[in-house]
Amino acid sequence: MATATLGSAKSHGNVNDVLTIDRAIIDAIVAHARRDHPDEACGVVAGPIGEDVPTRHIPMDNAARSMTFYEFDSMEHLRVWREMDDLDEEPVVIYHSHTATEAFPSRTDISFAGEPNAHYLLVSTREPDTEEIRSFRIVDGVVTEEEVNIVDATVKA
Amino acid sequence: MAIEVRVPTILRTYTGGAKIVEGSGDTLTELIDDLDAKHSGLKGRLITPEGGLHRFVNIYVNDEDVRFLGALDAKVKDGDSVTILPAVAGGALGFAAAAALLGGL
Repeated sequence: MATATLGSAKSHGNVNDVLTIDRAIIDAIVAHARRDHPDEACGVVAGPIGEDVPTRHIPMDNAARSMTFYEFDSMEHLRVWREMDDLDEEPVVIYHSHTATEAFPSRTDISFAGEPNAHYLLVSTREPDTEEIRSFRIVDGVVTEEEVNIVDATVKA
Repeated sequence: MAIEVRVPTILRTYTGGAKIVEGSGDTLTELIDDLDAKHSGLKGRLITPEGGLHRFVNIYVNDEDVRFLGALDAKVKDGDSVTILPAVAGGALGFAAAAALLGGL
């Protein structure tokens, strides 16, 4: 069972200081991270533009196939981003796993973070039985942790 | 006719919020110079001070990653569609180690 760690409730002028996400999607992300462990896993959860609701889980290949680095395959990246465009979706969540360290953005994560509207979700699989799941906004190099609110059935079956 | 360029959210501060802009040129370098003349500052986000394609972005001409088309020398022409996406990458590896692995960030 996945459990989320609550972020600090700092005020930072961002109305979206919580990520609300369906339990079924969190379970699928954790399963992906476990499957690829000890390599890092990565992916996206798309949702309708402007609604801030992640609805469609898209596991991506880690082209780096590394225990300490992840990178979307550039052609898969283009294909998935076009598909979102066609469906009037945006990347609401961009996730990846850390397999030996905490679920907190590294300097590399911060340097690369290029989707200012996305929630950057990190899953740590360093413990065999529990996952640490935390979410962040990363804008202009500034990291702001947010609460992860896991709910049942926001996704229409 | 011109070359249509799709700009990601993070770079729309340079295009007055526009998602699609138009440019011209025979190579990607010329196209980027043309875009920078109209949207000042854009070039610095695409090309490193050393003159290479920035590691933080992927640029595609039609359906192909320009890294497979000669990078900044990639040929472009009127009617082409160019897409810029922020690279999605990261991981637990320290920044210095990642930079060494990737040949400079």
